[in-house]
Amino acid sequence: MLLIYCPYCEEERSELEFRHGGDAHIARPTNIADITDEEFQDYFFLRDNPKGLIFERWRHIHGCGRFFNAARDTVSDKFVMSYKAGEPKPNLSGEPTATEKTVETYEATEGTAK
Amino acid sequence: MADQALRKAPLAGRHGGSAGARVTPAAAATRLSLRAGEDAIGTLSLAFGLELPRRPKTSASVSGRHALWLGPDEWLLIDENGTDLMGIASGVSALHSATDVSHRNTAILVSGPDAAGAIASACPLDLGNTIFPVGAAARTVLGKIEIVLFRSGEEDYRVECWRSFSPYAFGLLAEGAEDAGL
Repeated sequence: MLLIYCPYCEEERSELEFRHGGDAHIARPTNIADITDEEFQDYFFLRDNPKGLIFERWRHIHGCGRFFNAARDTVSDKFVMSYKAGEPKPNLSGEPTATEKTVETYEATEGTAK
Repeated sequence: MADQALRKAPLAGRHGGSAGARVTPAAAATRLSLRAGEDAIGTLSLAFGLELPRRPKTSASVSGRHALWLGPDEWLLIDENGTDLMGIASGVSALHSATDVSHRNTAILVSGPDAAGAIASACPLDLGNTIFPVGAAARTVLGKIEIVLFRSGEEDYRVECWRSFSPYAFGLLAEGAEDAGL
């Protein structure tokens, strides 16, 4: 069972209690009526989908009900840290990123599986 | 035809459990979903006669009335004596939101030495004595539904669930009680 730390409940709870809420720190343009369709598309639809560290919104929907932000590794699914909504994006550049070795079903390693 | 509406409890007549964990429907109670900011907590606490808890997973109880912490600004109030909680809330001038959920929820009491095991059969919450002591309360999941779990005694738990989900919850807990006793 994957455990996620909720900064409001101040403890780790089961992933069953949480819902994913998309990328965090997406700033809404202040001049939303003036921007072009392409710029709006970039803001509204397009996400980076990085391999490795990602900052996401999560909601403890079956717990305290609060939204918060979490840094997760998309390869290993490891939650590096979580913090309350509205807090600044933490600098995690020193954090080691996971490699393919940590995932069992990665396509490139399938050939070597026994 | 009867000329009056009969109150029909959602789990009336049900019984289940095992030698180690009894599973029984709780008596009717009044309930309030209460939301309020930091500055209204003091006034509301005075009105309801108990200190609204501010720490996660805690509760306050005074003679059959319980206030369970659900979120940073959210509580579930339960009064087993049937006191009109809405009436109390309406007399408070401090800004708050109160909704009567007495009939939305029903409760199942699980008690006995295997009570924690019966609940843990479908609930991911850690029910250990240090992390979920007597008086602890949390909103969590039981199988596929959302519940509010309240530990009212050393071997007593109160499972608050939605009325329409209660046969599911009761069945799951009764099954869990049998399994926990094995």
